[in-house]
Amino acid sequence: MNTWAPAWVDALTALLVVVGALAALIGSFGVLRLRSFFQRVHAPTLGTTLGTWGFTLATAVQVSFERGQLYLHALLIAVFIALTVPVTTLFLMRAAVFRARLRGEEIPVPGADEPPRD
Amino acid sequence: MSPLLSWALVFALGCLAFAMMLALARMIVGPRAEDRVLAFDCLYQNTMLVILALGLVYRSSSYFEAALLIALFGFVGSTAMSKFLLRGEIIE
Repeated sequence: MNTWAPAWVDALTALLVVVGALAALIGSFGVLRLRSFFQRVHAPTLGTTLGTWGFTLATAVQVSFERGQLYLHALLIAVFIALTVPVTTLFLMRAAVFRARLRGEEIPVPGADEPPRD
Repeated sequence: MSPLLSWALVFALGCLAFAMMLALARMIVGPRAEDRVLAFDCLYQNTMLVILALGLVYRSSSYFEAALLIALFGFVGSTAMSKFLLRGEIIE
């Protein structure tokens, strides 16, 4: 496929790719850098979700202009990641809280310091 | 492909390789099993992004399906490991 794409399409694709790669890098850096597990668990979800959106939008733009027709298959990956990453994160958080309580650490119950509602 | 886009793809692949190394370091260091599952999650998502970038480099549409499969099986694997940490049983 040696079809010609205009210069602004290449520029837009390059911008999206660079933004997505930097988001994924920042998320992975947070996994290594933050101190406790309950801080670490938030870093890769945001980073990789934004990174996936950047790369899939770049693929959609580039391939649509190369083929001359709308190509949105790549966005399927972004939708799938946006749906599944919160599920995995919630499972991991529940497992971490459960195991921390098994070890005898004090994990506060949510809403413990609020007055009871009538 | 313009030189701007090819250099942007080279930069993105470098960033993603570095991100995979960071996630792998957490997987090795991670004090507990939850940290290792989290690092594995990060690692497979970065791998999926690398494959999408390679699909842009080689202008092939078969890379997209590989990325979709990695996303699917990575989600299943992470969920199964989290469930095992939570209960000790995957299917109750």
